[in-house]
Amino acid sequence: MSDTAAHEEPELIQLLTPEGELKEHPDYPLDISAEEIRALYRDLVLVRRVDSEAVSLQRQGELGLWASLLGQEAAQIGSGRALRDKDMAFPSYREHGVAWCRGIEPKELLGMFRGVTNGGWDPHEQGFHLYTIVIGSQTLHATGYAMGVQRDGAVGEDGTAVISYFGDGATSQGDTNEAFNFASVNNAPVVFFCQNNQWAISEPLERQARVPIYRRAAGFGFPGVRVDGNDVLACLAVTRAALDNARSGNGPTLVEAFTYRMGAHTTNDDPTRYRDAAELDEWKAKDPILRVRRYLELNGLADEAFFTAIDEEADKVGERVRTECRSMPDPEPLDIFHEVYAEPNVHIDRQRSEFADYLASFEDAGAEGGR
Amino acid sequence: MGTNLTIGKAINAGLRAAMEHDPKVLVMGEDVGRLGGVFRVTDGLHKDFGADRVIDTPLAESGIVGTAIGMALRGYRPVVEIQFDGFFFPAANQTFTQLAKMRRRSAGKLSMPLVMRIPYGGGIGAVEHHSESPEAYFQHTAGLRVVSVANPEDAYWMIQQAIRSDDPVIFLEPKRRYYEKAEVDTEASLQEVTPLNSARIARSGTDCTLLAYGPMVKTALQAAEADTDHSIEVIDVRSLSPVDYDTINASVKRTGRLVIAHEATLTGGPGAEIAARVTEECFYHLESPVIRVAAFDTPYPQSRLEEYYLPDLDRVLDGVDRAFAY
Ligand SMILES: Cc1ncc(C[n+]2csc(CCOP(=O)(O)OP(=O)(O)O)c2C)c(N)n1
Ligand SMILES: [Mg+2]
Repeated sequence: MSDTAAHEEPELIQLLTPEGELKEHPDYPLDISAEEIRALYRDLVLVRRVDSEAVSLQRQGELGLWASLLGQEAAQIGSGRALRDKDMAFPSYREHGVAWCRGIEPKELLGMFRGVTNGGWDPHEQGFHLYTIVIGSQTLHATGYAMGVQRDGAVGEDGTAVISYFGDGATSQGDTNEAFNFASVNNAPVVFFCQNNQWAISEPLERQARVPIYRRAAGFGFPGVRVDGNDVLACLAVTRAALDNARSGNGPTLVEAFTYRMGAHTTNDDPTRYRDAAELDEWKAKDPILRVRRYLELNGLADEAFFTAIDEEADKVGERVRTECRSMPDPEPLDIFHEVYAEPNVHIDRQRSEFADYLASFEDAGAEGGR
Repeated sequence: MGTNLTIGKAINAGLRAAMEHDPKVLVMGEDVGRLGGVFRVTDGLHKDFGADRVIDTPLAESGIVGTAIGMALRGYRPVVEIQFDGFFFPAANQTFTQLAKMRRRSAGKLSMPLVMRIPYGGGIGAVEHHSESPEAYFQHTAGLRVVSVANPEDAYWMIQQAIRSDDPVIFLEPKRRYYEKAEVDTEASLQEVTPLNSARIARSGTDCTLLAYGPMVKTALQAAEADTDHSIEVIDVRSLSPVDYDTINASVKRTGRLVIAHEATLTGGPGAEIAARVTEECFYHLESPVIRVAAFDTPYPQSRLEEYYLPDLDRVLDGVDRAFAY
């Protein structure tokens, strides 16, 4: 077995270095104001706060589970802010930053991990599909949705684009590879946004792929690009270009956002069993938020008051998340029978009414001090 | 001589014994290597048997089962782990169209000594797709053997029996019971212990037979204890394909009543099949219709509702009461 393909250094699109220096890239010119960069900084800080609050809430027993986005904020905010209102995103389960950009309230995400809902928001209204846990499934949905966009004649000038999020592990699934092929064959207006965070639970990238992920696209017949996933500006520029390509009828692009899962896979996971702390230190130096702050400071585009204000806002967001989460009521037991079918279903109706009687029998017994 | 083991550790010990016994036994799946599986059921095997025999696969269930079929064709005995019940489905094609039919298609020239371990069932407060009970799909498929364990002793021995089987075995592990502990007689021999196909009378009784498997066996035993008005016999059916009707029918003929409890949804669930068969074969002995206590015919709900969705002690007792209402 040869290692050459895997070890050839691929190009990494970067516009903002870890030290906070802005770079130019001929293919990805970025016309962006200081105000927009400050807004991105705010997004990054606030979603990190939502995320860390969620981790604590899980520790306190308020959530069943949480999948942290720590380290992946730039990939998600950069790509999320590249989306237009009418575009449609198909997330996996870790896209809290993209959700934020699509206007999903953090409490909607928390509800799912708390176990009070399996979805919550209206995907059409938000341009953000439900979280999808079964790895890779959503890549096909995004592709089919994009084929629908095509048939609606909504491709062309000012067209609509679709984006699908997934991880490095997901590139192994049949569904994901089928999605690449369907998108290619149909020239569908879809962007495949892979957050390569180097790990799929305990399995490092080498267990999934022998070539850099973005190169897969070539075999399917569309472009692939690797972007620094910890660089919010590069993620914004590269995703915007890919979405514009899609919306104008030039077909799919695979964007590999090269990043790192700084935390555990989920709150259930213990990464000390399978990875080195040294790796984490290496990536801490490439932190997605720190570099934006450095850039703003180095160039005098934000003062101390700005950063303090953002931190205070983060505190408020954190507090809101805590209160909203704790006060989220459990659904009523009979909710189990809701929305199983579009049309009335005698079978479900019967089980619902039998179960209602059953539950009521306890209340009656309780009133009589029984059972 | 016995060792005190949890169900999870007993399966681990059984896997280890099978791997020591036969170098053709392999373990494959997502995170089964270094991590030892998300439930640690394969803990330590990667370290002791190496990466050739304990394979961290790419994240692709169809790939896992499809390549395990290939390994079996080459003379290996793969034990694949599907990380959670809800993630079996990408492997459905390989399982139903290939694995289950290979022996028959090849007129017996090809064997499929493959074991598919699946942590299954609810009750752990998980997010979607982590609490499914898909056993009816397997039971419905000719060519597959389907078993489920309910205690450490069975866990230790049944995994080894499954691995020795030349037929594919779907091995269902009740994930919410992984940490249940008991003495395991590891000194017995595979020949001595209860055969893989046999049901087990977990508690003797005279008035009603209560049948369960996997995670519901514990609940059934609790129900039998709790019902001080009746003497309830509990059967741990253990094998869902084939089903041991000799044991079940003999019990029902003695008690005259049968209540079946499972976490799988009611309609088309294993209980439906067993009820139909027992009704045919024990009709004149039955004092009441066969009663099923199962999950509702809805998708598994958000976890905050699972206590209502899963048949619990009260629902099982209610089922028993219904049987005595006739
Ligand atoms: C079909 C399927 N198989 C297994 C799982 C269990 N699982 C959940 S996340 C995960 C790893 C995913 O890795 P990756 O695609 O890199 O995404 P990341 O979690 O790193 O964001 C696995 C194996 C699943 N959710 N779906
Ligand atoms: Mg990953």
